[in-house]
Amino acid sequence: MTASRTPLLAIDNLHVTVEGKQILDGLTLQLGAGAVHAIMGPNGSGKSTLAHVLAGRPGYEITAGTVSYEGRDLLALAPEERAREGVFLGFQYPVEIPGVNNVYLLKAAVNAVRKQRGLPEVDAFEFLGLVREKMKRMHIEDSFLSRGVNEGFSGGEKKRNEVLQMLVLEPRLAILDETDSGLDIDALKVVAAGVNSLRSPERACLLITHYQRLLEYVVPDIVHVLVRGRIARSGDRTLALELERRGYDWVAGEAA
Amino acid sequence: MSENARQLETLVARGYQHGFVTEIDADTVAPGLNEDVVRLISRKKQEPAFLTEWRLKALRHWLTMREPHWAHVKFAPIDYQSISYYSAPKSRKDGPKSLDEVDPKLLETYEKLGVPLHERARLAGVAVDAVFDSVSVATTFKERLAAAGVVFCPFSEAVRTHPQLIEQYLGSVVPYTDNFFATLNSAVFSDGSFVYVPKGVRCPMELSTYFRINAMNTGQFERTLIIADAGSYVSYLEGCSAPQRDENQLHAAVVELIALDDAYIKYSTVQNWYPGDANGRGGIYNFVTKRGECRGRRAHISWTQVETGSAITWKYPSCVLRGEGSIGEFYSVATVNHHQQADTGTKMIHIGRDTRSTIISKGISAGRGQNTYRGLVKMLPSAHAARNFTQCDSLLMGGECGAHTFPYVEVKNPSATVEHEASTSKISEDQLFYCLARGISEEDAVNMIVSGFCKSVFRELPMEFAVEAQALLAVSLEGAVG
Repeated sequence: MTASRTPLLAIDNLHVTVEGKQILDGLTLQLGAGAVHAIMGPNGSGKSTLAHVLAGRPGYEITAGTVSYEGRDLLALAPEERAREGVFLGFQYPVEIPGVNNVYLLKAAVNAVRKQRGLPEVDAFEFLGLVREKMKRMHIEDSFLSRGVNEGFSGGEKKRNEVLQMLVLEPRLAILDETDSGLDIDALKVVAAGVNSLRSPERACLLITHYQRLLEYVVPDIVHVLVRGRIARSGDRTLALELERRGYDWVAGEAA
Repeated sequence: MSENARQLETLVARGYQHGFVTEIDADTVAPGLNEDVVRLISRKKQEPAFLTEWRLKALRHWLTMREPHWAHVKFAPIDYQSISYYSAPKSRKDGPKSLDEVDPKLLETYEKLGVPLHERARLAGVAVDAVFDSVSVATTFKERLAAAGVVFCPFSEAVRTHPQLIEQYLGSVVPYTDNFFATLNSAVFSDGSFVYVPKGVRCPMELSTYFRINAMNTGQFERTLIIADAGSYVSYLEGCSAPQRDENQLHAAVVELIALDDAYIKYSTVQNWYPGDANGRGGIYNFVTKRGECRGRRAHISWTQVETGSAITWKYPSCVLRGEGSIGEFYSVATVNHHQQADTGTKMIHIGRDTRSTIISKGISAGRGQNTYRGLVKMLPSAHAARNFTQCDSLLMGGECGAHTFPYVEVKNPSATVEHEASTSKISEDQLFYCLARGISEEDAVNMIVSGFCKSVFRELPMEFAVEAQALLAVSLEGAVG
């Protein structure tokens, strides 16, 4: 279970609206260092909204509640500041940025974190070596280095790129938004291995997923079920299996 | 507009970095234009009679012409009688013989601008001909070039040392009757650069001219002529800047390129004239005629331009593809921010058979800027199997700017092929947020996305200038996104 000291991430009674519509409706969640939590739930239950709000995407209005990260008010930080403080969002739909080199973006991201920590810029040669090693782990071809960010990537390649970025950036809090969707079983295993390799007592991970399949490879400490913007039920790994068997209506019915 | 966009709009512009004025004694002719002024300019430059006559013919023709207003730009009519047509820094009568003789203040100006004179230049392998207001002040590396047989000097010097080349080629690509501004230039041009690369010679270094308008109420009318003889190669770069002033200043230059059999001329421009302030006050009117002729077989002319400055840019670096199998290229990045206006593009005139041309235009509009691509692809009846490929992409930042495309295509030979691709896009909030979520600042993110958009043009620039161009782009678009 979660460590007893201040949790890494504490979400309390979070209410969020988008264009006047209530999406998150009193969500409360605590994630301790070292923990991996899965968030499941039907379409439209607010899973992606939660991920975006934590990363600081504009367009969401927070009407009530608080989010603290490492004991600080996360919502007061700009998105780039959150990233530099070790919050990572793996996007559900990673965007293409034509003409911008993958490695260039990655290096800029690493240097932004290093600058925050008062470290000098990364040595270009060493950096390339590091990226190559992680690419190998993610089964990403060398040609990736010279391609534009997600430019012409398949769905699977985009997701693997997200996990590669995570491996290079080594965030303290990783939020993976449906990183498993659209992956075949081999790619899923690669992605899961990447996520597992980052598990450590200092880090935590929020896995947002639709299916329990990913959870066979990345075993969560706790599974939460999100229904209509709040957590309707939490449990261990077996909750995901039960959900798979009985469907979301089961929880939704109970929550109503 | 999202919060993100609003934040971006409030980012304060860093402003123009080259807006200083150099205090220096100048020999400036009183404002106004008539035959006496033209004769005076010609006399000051000790020109031969044929050139004085040519200037006068141009002036007489110009007096019959009207200022053109067909371009998609707006400006109040210019009072041509209030402009001074000649301004030279006062110095020793015969001009400087070496860098040691150049006024230190001038050199300081170039230092500020980052022009690599002195040893820095030699290390960078760039030969610089610096034109300050109207007169060339220093030409470096003459000796090394001379050893290769390359002539690279101020135009006015070439008039004295190579009059036969001037007489043969001047106005042979852009005749003095060509257009209002080119005709004006023909009458009053003050200086510029001259390059001749002899047969079979590969010019041993990049050639570079740096233009700067310093004096008030002056126009700058330089004239550049580059001749690449058979089988030769030359890469030439021009950079421009001007001090920050409230009034508009006219820059009406003419560039003529001539490539003979198998010759290759690569001409790159990084234009950073003062664009005016955020409210559209001041700035340079950059009304320029640039044209190259592939006169020989398999000749090759390539224009690359990065246009970030000027209140108004009006230029169409063009290629006349006369020689069989000759190649013309135009790679352009044009940015407008605040109240800047640009109407720019190219003309590819295919005359010879198997001629090929490529046009890649990237227009970036921000603030209230108006950006127009205007291009003509013309296949004459003689242009058998000629081919053109055109790609025009526009990037919009914010809701108050504009992007316009006017492609003209005339095909008179059925075997010719013309392809045209065009796109208009905005910097998407998704792209921006993706970068932010990786810890990259908004400014860096925007620069990254814009540079990515321009990549296919930047890679045509010589390495050191590509870096400069990218930096300039970042400055000119600061605080521009929405």
